[in-house]
Amino acid sequence: MRRSISALVAVATLAALVAGLVTAGGAQTPNRHLETARKEGKVVWYTSLVLPSAERVAKLFETAYPDVKVEVHRTGSQRILQRVMQELQANIKNVDVVHTSDAGHYVLLKEKKLLAKYTPAGVDAFPAGFKDKDGYYYGLRATVNAITYNTKTVSAAEAPKTWKDLLDPKWKGKMVTAHPGYSGVIATHVLALVHLHGWDYFKQLAQNQLMLVQSANDPSTVVSSGERVVAVNGGEYSAYQLKKKGNPLEIVYPKEGVPLVVSPTAITSFAPHPSAARLFTDFTFTREVQQVMADSEGLYTGHPDVTYPADKPKLKDLKLLTVTPEELEKRNEELKKRFVEFFGA
Amino acid sequence: MDRALPVWILSALALVVLMALPLGWLGWLSVSGEHGATLAHYRDVFTDLALRKALWNTIVLAFWVGLVSVALGAPLAWLTARTDVPGRGLIRGLVLASFVTPPFLGAFAWVMLAGPNAGLIFTMPGLIFIVSIYTFPYVYIMVANTLALIASDLEEAAAILGAGRFAVARTVTLPMVLPALASGFILAVLQALALFGSPAILALPAGFHTVTTQIWSLFQFPPKVEQAAAFSIPLLLATALLLQLQKQLLGRRGYAAVGGKGGQRRTIPLGRWRWPALGACLAVMSCAIFMPYGVLAKAAFARAWAQPLTRDNLTLGNFTFTFFEYGATRAAIVNTLELGVMTACIGAAMVAVLSYVTNRKLVAGHQLIAFLALAPVVVPGVVLAVGLFIAYTRPPFVLYGTLWILFLAYLTKEMPVGYAQADATFRAIPADLEDAGRVLGAGRLRILREITAPLAKSGIIAAWCFIFIGVIRELSASILLFTPNTKVMSVVIFDLKEEGQFGAISVLGLVMLALTFATVALVQAVLGRDVLGARR
Repeated sequence: MRRSISALVAVATLAALVAGLVTAGGAQTPNRHLETARKEGKVVWYTSLVLPSAERVAKLFETAYPDVKVEVHRTGSQRILQRVMQELQANIKNVDVVHTSDAGHYVLLKEKKLLAKYTPAGVDAFPAGFKDKDGYYYGLRATVNAITYNTKTVSAAEAPKTWKDLLDPKWKGKMVTAHPGYSGVIATHVLALVHLHGWDYFKQLAQNQLMLVQSANDPSTVVSSGERVVAVNGGEYSAYQLKKKGNPLEIVYPKEGVPLVVSPTAITSFAPHPSAARLFTDFTFTREVQQVMADSEGLYTGHPDVTYPADKPKLKDLKLLTVTPEELEKRNEELKKRFVEFFGA
Repeated sequence: MDRALPVWILSALALVVLMALPLGWLGWLSVSGEHGATLAHYRDVFTDLALRKALWNTIVLAFWVGLVSVALGAPLAWLTARTDVPGRGLIRGLVLASFVTPPFLGAFAWVMLAGPNAGLIFTMPGLIFIVSIYTFPYVYIMVANTLALIASDLEEAAAILGAGRFAVARTVTLPMVLPALASGFILAVLQALALFGSPAILALPAGFHTVTTQIWSLFQFPPKVEQAAAFSIPLLLATALLLQLQKQLLGRRGYAAVGGKGGQRRTIPLGRWRWPALGACLAVMSCAIFMPYGVLAKAAFARAWAQPLTRDNLTLGNFTFTFFEYGATRAAIVNTLELGVMTACIGAAMVAVLSYVTNRKLVAGHQLIAFLALAPVVVPGVVLAVGLFIAYTRPPFVLYGTLWILFLAYLTKEMPVGYAQADATFRAIPADLEDAGRVLGAGRLRILREITAPLAKSGIIAAWCFIFIGVIRELSASILLFTPNTKVMSVVIFDLKEEGQFGAISVLGLVMLALTFATVALVQAVLGRDVLGARR
C-alpha cells in the first residue's frame, strides 16, 4: 500500500514535470505558487527595464502562465521610487514587484520594512554581488556604463578611449549624458566615477556643455540619430541593441574600468498579489528568461549557465567598478544635487 | 429666496472642492513648519540659487514669448482681417490648427525636426520660438476680432484729411487695436508662465529649469512638497496680477470706437505684395503645422525616424507596439476619453446652469458666482495640481490614485473657458423672447424648455467641445496627479519621451491630434463659424 502510494506520487510528479516542461516550453517545473497566483489573476510590476524588453518579459510570462496577467509600469528608477513612496503616503497599495537599477533604493525600502523576504528559485548559484545578505532582493540583470560614439562623424582613431578623454574641449557641445535624478544606471555610474576621479571630473566635464537626457537608454539613441556624437554614459545594453539594429554606433569600454550596475528586484511587503509576485519573480530568474535578456537585450545576468553573444565582451574580461547599495543609498541626495549644480538641471 | 438656495449650495460646494481646499492647503503648507507657522520654506526657495535661476528663466521666457507672439500674431491678424492677401480662409484654418495643437507635441516634433544637431532648439531662444508658434494665436484672436469690428470710416476720414497710409496706421488703427494687442500679449505671457511640457522637453536637456519644471522636480524623492508649495505662490500671484492688468487695459480703453457690425470695412489692396505676404504667412504656419505634423507622421511609420523614409524603413511596427504590445496605451486612451467625456458633460452642465443664472440675474449675488466661475483662470495647471495633491492625498478625502483627482483638476482648469463660452451664448439670446413666452402664459420651466434651450443648444455643445479639447491635451496638472492606473495619453507621451521612444510617441501624438480635430470639426459644424471667433 505504502509502496504503491509512493509509486503513484513518483508517477504524478513525473507527469507534472513533463506537463510543466511541455506547457512552458521547457521553462518550468510546476510552481508552488501557481494555484494561488491564478486566483490573484495578475501581478503589478514597476520596472525600469527598457520598455520593449519589459513588455517582452511580460509576454513570455503570460505565455507560460496564461491565467496570470502582468501589468507593466515602466519608468526611470528614481521615478519608480517616487511613485512607490507617494502611493504609500496616500495609502495606495498597488505594486507587487519593484525592479529598478538603483540598488540603494532597496536598502531604503528594506529599512522602511516595505520589502518581503523572498528567495527566488535558483538564485543560490548567482555570484555574491547579485544577492542581498538578508534575502530581500536579488539582482535580476546587470549592465555596464560605456561610452558610445557615432561612427559616421567620429573615426575610431579620434574616438575617446577613457573617461578622462571626454574632458577634451574638442568635444564641447557634442556630447550627451543621462540623468542620475531619473536613472539608477546613471546614479551608479556617477558614484563609481566619483570614486575613480572625484567630483572635479564632473565639474570639468560640465564645461563641455553636455545635452541632458533622462533615461540611460537615451544617450545612445541621441548619438545614433547624430544629434550629439558622443555619449558619456548610458546602459551598454541599449547601445548594443541599437548597434545590432544597424545604427552607426560604436561602444567604448574605458580602460580605467566600467561601472557595473546590478539591477535588483524585490517583492513588496504589502503586495496585493503576493503569490503572483513570487511566481513572476521565480519566472524572471529561470535560465530561459535570463538567457533571453542576454540574447535579445544584450544584458549581463548572474545566472551561471547563461551564454552571451560572441561579439560582446565577457564580464570577467572587463575591469569592473563597483559600488555598494549602502553607499548609493547614503549619497543619493548628494549625487543628484551636485550633478544638478554642475549641469544645470 | 428658496429658489436661490440650491444654486448657492451647488456653487459653494463646487468652490470648496475645486478651489478653496486645494489652494487653502497650498497656502497653509507653504508656511507650515514643525513648530507652527514659518516663512522658512520661502526663505529656502528664494535663497536657493538654482530656484532663483528657474524664476528668472521663467520671466525671460514669458516676456519674450509675449513679444514674439505679438510680432507673429498681429501682422497675421491684420493681413487676414483687412487685406486682400490670397488664401485668408486657409490661413485662419492653420492658425486655428496651431491654436489647438498641444504645445508639448509641437515641442517634441521640433526635437525630431532639428536633429541631428538639435543644438539650436535646446536653448532659451529655441524654446521661446517653439512656444511662440503655438501661443501667437492668442494675439491673433484678440487682434483679428477687434479689427473685424472696427469700421474703416475713421481710417478713411484720416486719409481724406491728408494722412499718408503709414500715418493712418500709426495714429488711427494702432491706438484702436492697442488694448487688444496688449491683452493678447498678456494672454501669451500667461500661457508661457503656466507651460510645463515644452520647457520639460526643451529646457531640461539644455540644463535649465523654469518654475513649472522646478516645481515638478521638487516632487522627486525625497519630495519637498512644502517648498513646491512656497514656489507655487509667486506663479499664482503673477498670473492673478497679469489678468487684473489685462482686465483694466480692456476696461479702461474700451472699444469706444468699435461700433458693432454697422460700419463698412474696406479691404486694403496689397498689390504686388499679395503673394509675398501669403508666403510669409505660410512660412510661419509651416513652422507651426506642416513640418511638425509631417515629422510626426514620418516617425510613426518609420523604423528609424532619423533616416529617409525608404521602402525598407517603412513599418507599421510602431502602431502594433503602441496599441498591442505596450500595455499602458489602451488604458491611457480609455482613461483620457472617460475623463474627457465626463468632465465635458458635467462641466458643460455646470456652466450652462451658472451662466443662465448669472445672465438672467436669477439670484442675489450673481456677480459673485460669475467671478468664481472665472477665477480658476489665474491658477496655472502645475500649481493647481500641487494644491490638489496636498488636499486629496490625506484624509478625509483620499482621491489620489483615482480618476477623480484628475477630474477635479480638469473641471477646475476648464471651468473658465466653458463659462466664457456659455456666458456668450446666453448673452446673445435676448430676454425679450423669454418675456414674450411669459406674456403668453408659459411657466419658467416651459420657457426654458421651448425657447431658451433650443437657442442655447449649439453654444453649450461648443462649451462641451472646448472643455473636451482642453482635457485630452492636459499635461501640466496630470503629470503630478497620475498614478500607474490613472495614466492619461499626455502622461504616457511624456513617459515615452523620457525614454526616447520616438515611434510610439508619434503614433499617440497622431491619435491625440485626430481626436482634437474631430472635436473642432464638430464645434464648427454646430456653431456654423470657426472656433477663433469671427463668422465665416
